[in-house]
Amino acid sequence: MRREPPRTIADYTPLAFPAIMLIIFFVVPFSTMIAVSFFRRQQGGFYTPDFVIDNYGRFLSAFFGGVLGFSLMLAIMVAVICVAIAFPFTYLLTKTSRRVQIVWLVCLLSVLSLSEVIIGFAWSTLFSRTAGITNLLVAAGLMSEPQALLPGFGAVLTGMVYQALPYTILVLYPALVRLDPTLLEAARTLGASPLRGFINIIVPALRNTIVATLIMVFVFALGSYLLPQILGRPRHWTLSVLITDQAIYQSNMPFAAAMAVFLVLISLALVGLTLLVGGRREATA
Amino acid sequence: MTDTFLRRLGFAVVALFLAGPLIVVAGVSFNEKQSLTFPPEGFSMAWYGQIFTDPGWRSALIASVLLAALSAALAVLIALPLSWFLWRRIAPWANVFRLLGVAPFILPPVITALGLLTFWATIGFYGQPWTAVISHAIFFVTLPLVTLSLGFSSIDRSLVEAAATMGADDRLVLRTVVLPLILPYLVSGYAFAFVLSLNEYIVAYMTVGFTMETLPIKIFNALRYGYTPTMASVSVFFVAIAAVVFALIARFGDLPRLLGAMASDES
Repeated sequence: MRREPPRTIADYTPLAFPAIMLIIFFVVPFSTMIAVSFFRRQQGGFYTPDFVIDNYGRFLSAFFGGVLGFSLMLAIMVAVICVAIAFPFTYLLTKTSRRVQIVWLVCLLSVLSLSEVIIGFAWSTLFSRTAGITNLLVAAGLMSEPQALLPGFGAVLTGMVYQALPYTILVLYPALVRLDPTLLEAARTLGASPLRGFINIIVPALRNTIVATLIMVFVFALGSYLLPQILGRPRHWTLSVLITDQAIYQSNMPFAAAMAVFLVLISLALVGLTLLVGGRREATA
Repeated sequence: MTDTFLRRLGFAVVALFLAGPLIVVAGVSFNEKQSLTFPPEGFSMAWYGQIFTDPGWRSALIASVLLAALSAALAVLIALPLSWFLWRRIAPWANVFRLLGVAPFILPPVITALGLLTFWATIGFYGQPWTAVISHAIFFVTLPLVTLSLGFSSIDRSLVEAAATMGADDRLVLRTVVLPLILPYLVSGYAFAFVLSLNEYIVAYMTVGFTMETLPIKIFNALRYGYTPTMASVSVFFVAIAAVVFALIARFGDLPRLLGAMASDES
C-alpha cells in the first residue's frame, strides 16, 4: 500500500477529529488571547471588546523594561551555563556503554519531568537554614552558624539551571551520538590529546548545534514562572511571572494578553532562528 | 589514568547536583516531628501515609491521577489518527496540524495557559474540571505525536504492501499489521504525556486553579502557609513514579532512539 494523495472525502475522515480538536482548543484560544490584548479593561476585572493599543503602550514604561531586561539576562545566563556544563558532559556520556547511557537517560527524564513546584520546594529546602547545605559547612567547621541562602538571585539562577540542565543534555544527546567517531580518531592519530581534540575538533564541528541548543534552552528558560517566585524576591520576577500575576491577581487580562503576545513573538523569532541555523547545518553537512 | 579520574569526577559532580535536592527532600520526609530538618530527627514513614489518609492530599492525588490518565488518553486519541494520516497520505498541507500539535510544547507554557484561560472564560466554562482534561491533552499532544510519527516511520512499507496485495483493506491492515507494530510507541507516548501531566502546574492552575486542586497546585498553595514534611513525601513519591515509568519505557522500548528522534523533531 503506497502513500497516495487523498482522493475522496472519506479519505480525509481520520483527519477530522485531530483537526477539530487542535483548531477549537488551540487556534481559537490563541486567537482569543490576541483579540483580548486589544480589548479595553474595565474596573473590577472585566474587559469589553474594543480596539485599543494602550495595553501595548504600557511596554514603554520603565517597570516593564526592567522586567523584560531581567528576564532576557536571566535566560541568557541559564542557557550559557547549561550548555557549558551539558556539552562536555553529554559528549562523555555518549562514550560510555549503552547500559550506562540508559540509566542516565532515565534519571535525566525523571528530573526533567519534575514539577517546577517540586524543584522550587527542593531547592528552598536545600537553601534553608534548618535543612540546608550551610549545615554541612558548619559541621565541616567552615562556617560558624547555618544561614539561609534564599531568597536571592543566586538561588533563582541555581534553580533554573537545575530545571534546564536535563533538557539541555537531552537536546544535545542525539547530535553527539551521531557524531562521526573517526573525526576524533584522526586528531588522536595526528598526536592531539583528548582534550585538544575535543576543543579543536568536536566543538567547531558542532558549532551550529551549540548555537541552536543555546537558543532552545533560552526559550525554555523564558518559560520558567514559579522558580523566580519561590526562590527570589519580587525584583527577580520574570515576564512569565508578571503575565500570571496580571492575569490572575491584578485581573488585567488585556495587559497580560498583550505581554503574552509579545513573548510569543520573541519565542517565534528565536525558534525561527534555530531552524535557520539547523537548515544551514544540513546544507553544509 | 587522570583522564578516567577526571571523567568520573565530572559524572559525580553532575549526579550530585541533580540528586542533591532530592536527597535532602527525601531526608526531610522522614522527620519524626512536623519540622523540616536535615539530617532528619528520628525516623517516621507517617508523612507518606498522610498522602493517602489526609482528605486534602488524597483528593488532590485522585484529581491529579484522573487528570493525567484522561488527558494522556485524549492526547493519544488526537495524535493517532493524525500521525496515521500523515504516514498514509501524501498531503503536505496537513503538516500544518503537526505544527499546531508541537507549538504549545515549544512556546513558553504560560502562553498556552493564558490562551486557554481566556477561551474557557469567554465561553463560560471556566473552572469546570473537564476543561483541564482538554487543556492538558492539547498541551501535551506533542509527545504521543512525536513518538507515533517515529513509530510509523519505522514500519517497513513492504509489510503493508504485502497485506494489501493479499486483499486486505485499510481497516484490516491497520488492525492486523500497523497497530501491533506501533503499540510500543503508542504506550510510550501515553506514558510521557501521563507523567508530564501529573507534574504540570501552570495550565492546570490557570484553568481550574480555583475549583480543583491537583497535587502540584496543592503543594504550591501549601508552600505559602508554611512547610510540612508531607510536601517532601509527595515530592519523593512523584520522583519515584517518574523514574518507574521511564525505566519501564527503557526496558520495553528503545529509549536512546526515542529521545534521538524527539530532540531532532523539536529543533
